[in-house]
Amino acid sequence: MDPAAAPIDFRTEPSRYKHWKLAFENGVAYLTMDVNEEGGLKPGYKLKLNSYDLGVDIELADAVQRLRFEHPEIGAVVIRSQRDRIFCSGANINMLGLSTHDHKVNFCKFTNETRLAIEDASIHSGQTYICSINGIAAGGGYELALACEQILLADDGSSAVSLPELPLLAVLPGTGGLTRLVDKRMVRRDHADFFCTTAEGLRGKRAREWRLVDQLIPPSKLVEQTQKIAEEVAATSSRPKDAKGIALPTVERQIDGDTLRYAYLTVEIDHEGRSARFRLNGPSSAPPDDVHAAGASFWPLALAREFDDAMMHLRLNETEIGTWVLTSQGDAALVEAYDALLAEKADDWLVHEIVLYWKRTLKRLDVSSRSLIALIEPGSCFTGTLLEVALAADRSYMLDGVFEGSNLPAATVRLTGMNFGPYPMGNGLTRLSTRFLNDPRHVDTLKDQAREPLHAAAADEAGLVTFTPDDIDWEDEVRLAVEERAGFSPDGLIGMEANLRFPGPETMETKIFARLSAWQNWIFQRPNATGPEGALKLYGTGKQSKYDRKRA
Amino acid sequence: MAIDYSQLIPNNVDLSSDRRLQRALENWQPRFLDWWKDMGPDGTSSFDVYLRTAVSTDSNGWANFGYVKMPDYRWGIFLADRDPERQIAFGDNKGKPAWQDVPGEMRSTLRRLIVTQGDTEPASVEQQRLLGKTAPSLYDLRNLFQINVEEGRHLWAMVYLLHAYFGRDGREEAEAMLERHSGDPDKPRILGAFNEATPDWLSFFMFTYFTDRDGKYQLASLAESGFDPLARSCRFMLTEEAHHMFVGETGVGRILQRTCELMKEHRTDDVRSLGGIDLPTIQKYLNFHFSVSLDLFGQEASTNAANYYTQGVKGRFLETRIDDDHLLTNATYEIETVEDGRIVKKAVPALQALNERLRQDYIDDCAKGVLRWNKTIERAGINFEMTLPHRAFDRQIGAFAGVRVSPEGKVLSEAEWNAHKDRWLPTDEDRAYVTSLMGAAVTQPGKFAHWIAPPARGINNQPGDFEYVRFN
Repeated sequence: MDPAAAPIDFRTEPSRYKHWKLAFENGVAYLTMDVNEEGGLKPGYKLKLNSYDLGVDIELADAVQRLRFEHPEIGAVVIRSQRDRIFCSGANINMLGLSTHDHKVNFCKFTNETRLAIEDASIHSGQTYICSINGIAAGGGYELALACEQILLADDGSSAVSLPELPLLAVLPGTGGLTRLVDKRMVRRDHADFFCTTAEGLRGKRAREWRLVDQLIPPSKLVEQTQKIAEEVAATSSRPKDAKGIALPTVERQIDGDTLRYAYLTVEIDHEGRSARFRLNGPSSAPPDDVHAAGASFWPLALAREFDDAMMHLRLNETEIGTWVLTSQGDAALVEAYDALLAEKADDWLVHEIVLYWKRTLKRLDVSSRSLIALIEPGSCFTGTLLEVALAADRSYMLDGVFEGSNLPAATVRLTGMNFGPYPMGNGLTRLSTRFLNDPRHVDTLKDQAREPLHAAAADEAGLVTFTPDDIDWEDEVRLAVEERAGFSPDGLIGMEANLRFPGPETMETKIFARLSAWQNWIFQRPNATGPEGALKLYGTGKQSKYDRKRA
Repeated sequence: MAIDYSQLIPNNVDLSSDRRLQRALENWQPRFLDWWKDMGPDGTSSFDVYLRTAVSTDSNGWANFGYVKMPDYRWGIFLADRDPERQIAFGDNKGKPAWQDVPGEMRSTLRRLIVTQGDTEPASVEQQRLLGKTAPSLYDLRNLFQINVEEGRHLWAMVYLLHAYFGRDGREEAEAMLERHSGDPDKPRILGAFNEATPDWLSFFMFTYFTDRDGKYQLASLAESGFDPLARSCRFMLTEEAHHMFVGETGVGRILQRTCELMKEHRTDDVRSLGGIDLPTIQKYLNFHFSVSLDLFGQEASTNAANYYTQGVKGRFLETRIDDDHLLTNATYEIETVEDGRIVKKAVPALQALNERLRQDYIDDCAKGVLRWNKTIERAGINFEMTLPHRAFDRQIGAFAGVRVSPEGKVLSEAEWNAHKDRWLPTDEDRAYVTSLMGAAVTQPGKFAHWIAPPARGINNQPGDFEYVRFN
């Protein structure tokens, strides 16, 4: 980040949207894109033709999130455009040209998470996304459509879907376009090959025959037909039509020098050591009887929102802080009680949403390109949901015994039902199953130990922690681990960590992130794209790129 | 049964020995005729029309006059003669031999250009399909039909390129050009101006003067293309386009002449009471058509235009006569744009300003006809001058879209615009008045509607009472 620039703030709400309009009718939400050309997040580019930058996507992510929590009555969401004959022309190319490499990748990662959140809402939340395309849907515009469950395309002889990244810009679609084409929509690979090399894309009958879109609708009927389809989908949704949503007020935080303070989370940044220490705080009292009345202040929801915001803040605004040290503090019994409540009321729509949100927040941690080190110390509460944070870490250190001169009892970790299913990783497995890929039965035996406080030796025995130094070794072990990490090449670490974090089966999600970080990062850095004569660099100048023709 | 294509489709592309092209055209030709029947000039299939038919590209061949029923018109395929030494004149490929086939990496760019150009040709036929009912004379009716069949032929020229050089995609695009229709809300034509109605003959003459002139400039810059078949097609099309603009220029000129006659004869400005079209109304139509046509040139700063140039697919107007490096990598060009509510001049990379440069050439050309119109008014001793409005006036595309600007080029507030716009653009009332003059077609040879003067001379030097159209 340019230190002089204001930090990018992910907190927003509909009254502050510059680029989207949100409307509701008959159980359907209409999310209408109308990007303000002058409303770019940074100076130097105009968001023409409904193209987007991170700011546009921050609003989209906020809308998707709010629809889930604030609008239980909504069973379908239509994404559409306000602009005549333009749906969305994708990520703004001038913005990409002006951005640093890390901003581009962070941007792509965030937009990917938003698209996955859209799919998560359709699949798990009963809010089915439908995309209604009234014109050109190019690149990221079509990728946004691909994240929806149904794609409706105006059949006017000119409305088209396209992925022109390769022919025009010499890069790849950055938001899962290629993967979703063949893995989700199961477009035949030879058709996909033609489609992805044809800059103007496909329209009409062929677009439908090749499964690129689901339905063709005459433009004069597009609005009305979309509404009809969406209302039919909404009518079959499992969401409680007469329930009342909860408000999501702005997440309060204070930035105090190098300290970021939320109600249940503190992050202390060590710029010199290039690390940040997260302290996640447990609940201060027993769970309330009425989760709905507690709303956004309900501890699991409040903490998830804060943790999510802190991660996004650090990712975008503190790019040199390469190691996140994860700690917790609080009463493990209370955390366990909250977990019990989440499990018991799993059928309540709001509790269901909160658990899904934790799932997504933990996945955000999984795909953060930071070294993750969990420290399990006396006074911590790595139990159930919070234990997932430690299990997400690249390695963990648990103090064996107590600190000299402290009256805090020895640290323990505790498994709950939440560790065995509700929070799968992108690979479709729980963190425990991923951890014990060699021995699935071990996960079953751990179930018998659920709710038992496990001290360092037992946790080590159970394979839940990496190292268990005693108080004499602790300080050096931990310091060396963090300092060593800061000394390695960040690029090398990112690649290594991403390789090691997601063993087991591939899913669409793991492919999207893996290929983004491998292929796209490589291609983005190559002279054919970003060299002085590369396609991305020269786009818009009218000059032709000169490619290095060697196949690497 | 073997079809003699050289008879059915006059051509100089050796159609009879090109199986691929024959197969494509066998499919397309009946669809074209269906389209002509459904969307071409309404109720005219039995008319014998005195038309010019091109049967070859030499000086005798391109202007054969005779009576033809329009569905039997021989829509030919002609390319200007090939220069075997021709080189690409501009861009990164400057100096290389012109391409006789489409280079793979330019396939989609070229196809898009050809489709966009081709789409305008049938569009104008559709826009004009009802005008025959209100023709002010047989002479004008014949000119309308001549333009219609030639726009049809221009469609053929573009379809030929699609069929001959772009494989299956080209065939699909060719079909799509018959499926889109002007003003159809579900399948509109690609460019905005070609979805506007041409409801009356004043609009028609303005359209042929201003909008067909855009066609001239687009064709002229495509005539510079490194893709030789496109260049040669467009060069031949330009010879026909000239007639369309002639119809526009003389049409407006004859209306002006008639208006001036009425003003002089009756010593009044109130031409409407005499059944003529008053000068301010003509000016308003001019304003409208000029600004709509300016939009057709696209954005002032355009990446696409720059790419087309660098790739060598679309040049500047009279590219080879321009004295510069024909690369433009470091050149700048001054464009006008709006900044802080003011129109300012700004230097931008010349490559990106090619649309604007072509628009400027176009504006200069438009101004010449306006001078001739003003001569007509001046000769009548009337103190009135037709003017082209400022390029920023009433624009929907480009830097001036959404900015309110007077015909003189002054940026206005919304309130100022609303207070004046009825003086600058045709109102519903103006349009209703002009429409009210469009009575039943004048079909008696040598007779003309009251609001327009006869032409100075006939087509192909025919006498004034020549029967250009026989209704049978």
